[in-house]
Amino acid sequence: MIEFDEVHMRLGEREVLRGITAGLPERRVGVVGANGSGKSTLARLINGLALPTSGTVRVLGLDTRRQAAKIRRGVGFLFTDPDAQIVMPTVAEDVAFSLRRKGLSREEVDRRVRDVLGRYGLGGHADHPAHHLSGGQKQLLALCSVMVLEPEILVMDEPTTLLDLRHSRQVADLLRQMPQQVLVVSHDLPLLAGFDRVLVLDQGRIVADGSPEEAIGYYRKLMA
Amino acid sequence: MNGLTGAYVQGGSVLHRLPAGVKLGGLVAACTALVLLRSPLALAGAGVVVAGLYALSRVGVAAAWAQVRPVRWFAVALFAMQWVFVDLQGAVSTTLRVVLAVALAGLVTLTTRTSAMMAALERGLAPVRLVGLDPFRMSLLLSLTVRSVPVVAGLATRVREAQRARGVERSLRAFAVPLVVSSLRHADALGEALIARGLDDD
Repeated sequence: MIEFDEVHMRLGEREVLRGITAGLPERRVGVVGANGSGKSTLARLINGLALPTSGTVRVLGLDTRRQAAKIRRGVGFLFTDPDAQIVMPTVAEDVAFSLRRKGLSREEVDRRVRDVLGRYGLGGHADHPAHHLSGGQKQLLALCSVMVLEPEILVMDEPTTLLDLRHSRQVADLLRQMPQQVLVVSHDLPLLAGFDRVLVLDQGRIVADGSPEEAIGYYRKLMA
Repeated sequence: MNGLTGAYVQGGSVLHRLPAGVKLGGLVAACTALVLLRSPLALAGAGVVVAGLYALSRVGVAAAWAQVRPVRWFAVALFAMQWVFVDLQGAVSTTLRVVLAVALAGLVTLTTRTSAMMAALERGLAPVRLVGLDPFRMSLLLSLTVRSVPVVAGLATRVREAQRARGVERSLRAFAVPLVVSSLRHADALGEALIARGLDDD
């Protein structure tokens, strides 16, 4: 469960979010909006990467202002650019990096890494340098590095922006199968089809909130 | 791109199986020995040993060449300067010393996973805890440096392509400014990703 209560966010002179209040218990939540509407900031508030100027954000029953570290253990975050998220030179090492503080044996780490890479179609790339992967494969690697920790909530900030159609579809298919609660910020409207709820942000405010059909219809009119 | 990027080459050779700590210790000892060797003949002998180690590792000629290729022009310039300002024997010795040290360091990265190297460094750096430093973060620096080489190279390629498209290929400023700006942006994003992956929570 993600809860925003009267959240305001100011970056310098600019008020990026203006009084966001919403409880999000649904399994699949989409957020759409024009560039600069505040949707990426909203996503970053969920795992404490950004803190609200006023108001509170509660995730898994915890306040992001006081318990960000604890929240991050239960919330995975996928960024738009996988190159910024991959920190180890090879594929398997990057996934294993996520497990470094779990106190697992080397065999168990290897097993979990192999398992998640296999599930996301990167089983044959375990020892390959990460920079040899295609853009789509890098995004899948970034996803593996998040999913190996089995987070309760997954936040994705425009995960398909840099991907071709085939990899976008692959991410969409994977997203449908995930048991976690997933919040996706995206301009890729077909990705949000079948979601439980979609929020439309405009100038830092929620201006539409409902089913994908209703919210995306409203967004299309807003952008016309 | 293989050289200087920590591209581990999978294999089962004796060198692959040696513990990372032993290889790093061996590298330090070998580089010290290279500094102490004076005659070109002795350094040529060291070259034969290095070539033998590469053969033993079975990483292949292309991977071996990729380790020294990035320093080839530097080696030529160094040789020329030493020849002009010292003498031919000094030029041969100094250049061989540098190239062999780079080749040996490359051999360690080709036969050692970065994670194993990080673990060895973390153990080796454990005493720095006494002065309040974190050995894990220091070893992570190594990994991030290795990982950043191909990323920054990719950024440089993109900037060069944009320069070409705009017809300002010869402008150093038009190359350096966007490269520095995009590198700093990458560093910012990387920092945020590390926080998201729990680095601040360690």
